[in-house]
Amino acid sequence: MLDKIKEFASTFFVTGDPMIYGADVSIALAMIGIVFVLTYFKKWGWLWKNWLTTVDHKKVGIMYILAAILMLFRGGVDALLMRIQLATPDVTLLHPEHYNQIFTTHGTIMILFMAMPLMFGLFNIAVPLQIGARDVAFPFLNALSFWLFFMGAMLFNLSFVIGGSPDAGWLSYPPLSELQFSPGVGQNFYIWGIQISGIGSLATGINFIVTIIKMRAPGMTWMKMPVFTWSVFSSCVIIIFAFPILTVTLALLFLDRFGGGHFFTLDFGGNPMMYINLIWMWGHPEVYIVVLPAFGIYSEVISVFSKKKLFGYKSMVYAMFMIAILSFFTWAHHFFTMGSGADVNAFFAISTMVIAIPTGVKVFNWLFTMYRGKITFKTPMMWAIAFIPNFLIAGLTGVMLSVAPADFQFHNSYFLIAHFHSALIGGVVFGYLAGLYYWWPKMFGFTLPETPGKWAFWFWNIGFYVCFIPQYSLGLMGMTRRLSTYGWDTGWQPLNLVSTVGAFLMGIGFLFQVLQILLGIKNFRKLKDTTGDPWGGHTLEWSIPSPAPEYNFATIPQVEERDDWWAEKDKRAKGIFRKQSPIEAIHMPKNSAIPFIMSVFFFIAGFGFVFGWSFFYIPGLIGVAICMICRSFFSYDGDYYIPADEVKRTEAAIRGSV
Amino acid sequence: MAQAAAHQSHDHDHGHHDPQELKMLGFWIFLVTDVILFSTLFATFVVLRNSTAGGPGGAELFNMTGVIIETFLLLTSSFTSGLAVLAMNKGSMKGLINWLIVTAILGLGFIGFEVYEFVELVHEGANFGTSAFLSAFFTLVGTHGLHVSLGLVWMIGLMFQLKKRGLTSETKGKVSALSLYWHFLDAVWIFLLSVVYLMGVM
Ligand code: HEM
Ligand SMILES: [Cu+2]
Repeated sequence: MLDKIKEFASTFFVTGDPMIYGADVSIALAMIGIVFVLTYFKKWGWLWKNWLTTVDHKKVGIMYILAAILMLFRGGVDALLMRIQLATPDVTLLHPEHYNQIFTTHGTIMILFMAMPLMFGLFNIAVPLQIGARDVAFPFLNALSFWLFFMGAMLFNLSFVIGGSPDAGWLSYPPLSELQFSPGVGQNFYIWGIQISGIGSLATGINFIVTIIKMRAPGMTWMKMPVFTWSVFSSCVIIIFAFPILTVTLALLFLDRFGGGHFFTLDFGGNPMMYINLIWMWGHPEVYIVVLPAFGIYSEVISVFSKKKLFGYKSMVYAMFMIAILSFFTWAHHFFTMGSGADVNAFFAISTMVIAIPTGVKVFNWLFTMYRGKITFKTPMMWAIAFIPNFLIAGLTGVMLSVAPADFQFHNSYFLIAHFHSALIGGVVFGYLAGLYYWWPKMFGFTLPETPGKWAFWFWNIGFYVCFIPQYSLGLMGMTRRLSTYGWDTGWQPLNLVSTVGAFLMGIGFLFQVLQILLGIKNFRKLKDTTGDPWGGHTLEWSIPSPAPEYNFATIPQVEERDDWWAEKDKRAKGIFRKQSPIEAIHMPKNSAIPFIMSVFFFIAGFGFVFGWSFFYIPGLIGVAICMICRSFFSYDGDYYIPADEVKRTEAAIRGSV
Repeated sequence: MAQAAAHQSHDHDHGHHDPQELKMLGFWIFLVTDVILFSTLFATFVVLRNSTAGGPGGAELFNMTGVIIETFLLLTSSFTSGLAVLAMNKGSMKGLINWLIVTAILGLGFIGFEVYEFVELVHEGANFGTSAFLSAFFTLVGTHGLHVSLGLVWMIGLMFQLKKRGLTSETKGKVSALSLYWHFLDAVWIFLLSVVYLMGVM
């Protein structure tokens, strides 16, 4: 009996590596610590009422952002481990199998569990406020989306200490990811972690499309809508077309592994190439899903900190939609070398290059917005400006990669690694950081201290170029991706060492950001944003106090202009005041425990499918079904009213302290 | 926090939007995502249609009588779900429930035949794992069947809610969404019939 348990435990828990024991211990300690603190300060009720069951989009947004930052940390540690391994050819910090696991988890986490939730967090914080709405269209669904993402991410991360991590790359190409070549449970963790959070992403896409179509404040026509909201809208349109493809693709892979199917196997008529087509039909648009909102943020930030209207608003909007549509016609540029034939390659090469046109339009619009503007160099603006030169490099190397014959040289080399990190870090992460700094006061009611923020900025930026520029050369020198070691005679060592130093500089930048947040919390009284409009904003979210009250707007604004709040401030300065409509009772959604509980059941079901344990997945699925039925039966009184008097009191209290 | 009970009249509450209208739009968009989901499965099926790996193909396997009966059942049920909505719009609770029951029975019949068909195939040795073609076939047709089954559970649950709540704007909204869903499954079946079965036996 005891032997049996021991045997089970040795396959169930990941063993062997001191790093993993370290992780086990630190996870256990963190858990005990959290439970202790919550119990000691009697915070369980607070946690449950204010966070776990909340349907307030602003709180959901904050939870997304917190989780994303945690994942940035995990993905970043993975990255540093890989970079240490590569700094000198003969260190063996990571064995080859371990290296495979780490680049797989790094890529997956960074894109699906860091970039996506950070983006959704910003959607949640900014969109309803920008369009003058009190909520998103489906607050319950919104909370559910968050918890599905969270549970999916936790399931994926669990593979590190239980069962073993996936190691077939972040897109899990078969046949490598098939049972025959990946017999462990790692791939199953990959499939279910992504699948569960993917349902959440799809629901968020639907939610925000409906919100933006239906819930704009009166007077806000499409062409008066803030650019960030436009970028969210286009990103969500891509989500609803791309994510179902991912869902199906992963489901088919799972059917192969779990049910003995032959979609992508090498025998019985399976076709691995079909997987590669399908996954990139999601994967390429995914890049634009994450980058378009960053473009939206750059547009907002650059115009606010240049004290000018955005140059070429309409062309910005059209460019975003061009990009959204074109992004679905470029997927094959990821496998020019895999025998599609010259005609197919030519089509995809050209469609890829065409995307450079609307992107170029946007860059020029940003430059023209800054031209002759009164620029103030606050942290959000610094990140936005830093993006421009970087994206020129990323865009240029992207066009180089899209030349099909040349891609036979670059394919899967470090040149590619450098290119997509430039796009993803310099384009996406810089953008979200700019957005985070920009909306921080709106979320928490205080601004972050600038000095440590500037240090963070410079460390990140210098580190970024030091890390990735050498990689372009390494790629041209023949270094391929997913290598864990190489010989001294290749001559790659010096550049790799430089690159590793750059990665550590970025890591220091991250530490400065943590420090900045801690200092901000410590001095929040001094840094308090009493105006609600610390940057001189243009859009509606800056017309209400910081942090926004739970009902957002005491009275729904009547929109007249594109940069409505800016125009209104102008008029107020001239002594013209808009008539305020009287305060009325406000309709609000009630908290609900179902999203959280249902996602826990999803987690249990997912865990069961990972190990093929029916005593987990059957109860899990039943739990999910019961939650859905409960929701359907009890959805009739999911709301309440805040009486007008209470709104008036709240408003007086917030505005009174101004 | 003071909480006043939510009341019926939402009319002049600024900033509040007709929840039924939001839900309907959301549901339409959800259906778009479902279209993409089925399109992906169709594409997969079409690519793998001839990858029988030496095993049996559609022409040898499909029992067209069963398929015709299934088609008949599902098309009729789509029609009766339409009648249910008509009854609802006339304010007839009884008509609504009765037509929903007829719809559910027809839907159940469809599922019954489909399950029978699947069991037959497996008996003949045409399993999910026999060839890529069969993997794709079972997945595509099975996904549709799963959708129909979920629709049935939804329909039955909704009947209980109708009994309890009566005809309110909320229950009406739910019935409209359900009937939309049901028509959608009907449309998907027409594609299945042509792409999988008719082209398969031809
Ligand atoms: C913060 C600094 C970062 C560093 C130092 C870093 C470093 C690395 C390294 C060393 C690899 C492995 C290359 C190889 O051996 O093939 C890698 C792969 C990858 N990284 Fe990063 N990375 C960083 C940030 C990010 C971010 C922000 C994202 C996405 C938003 C990202 C996405 C990826 C992806 C998708 C892969 C490919 C994984 C695979 O080959 O399956 N990385 N990164
Ligand atoms: Cu691409």
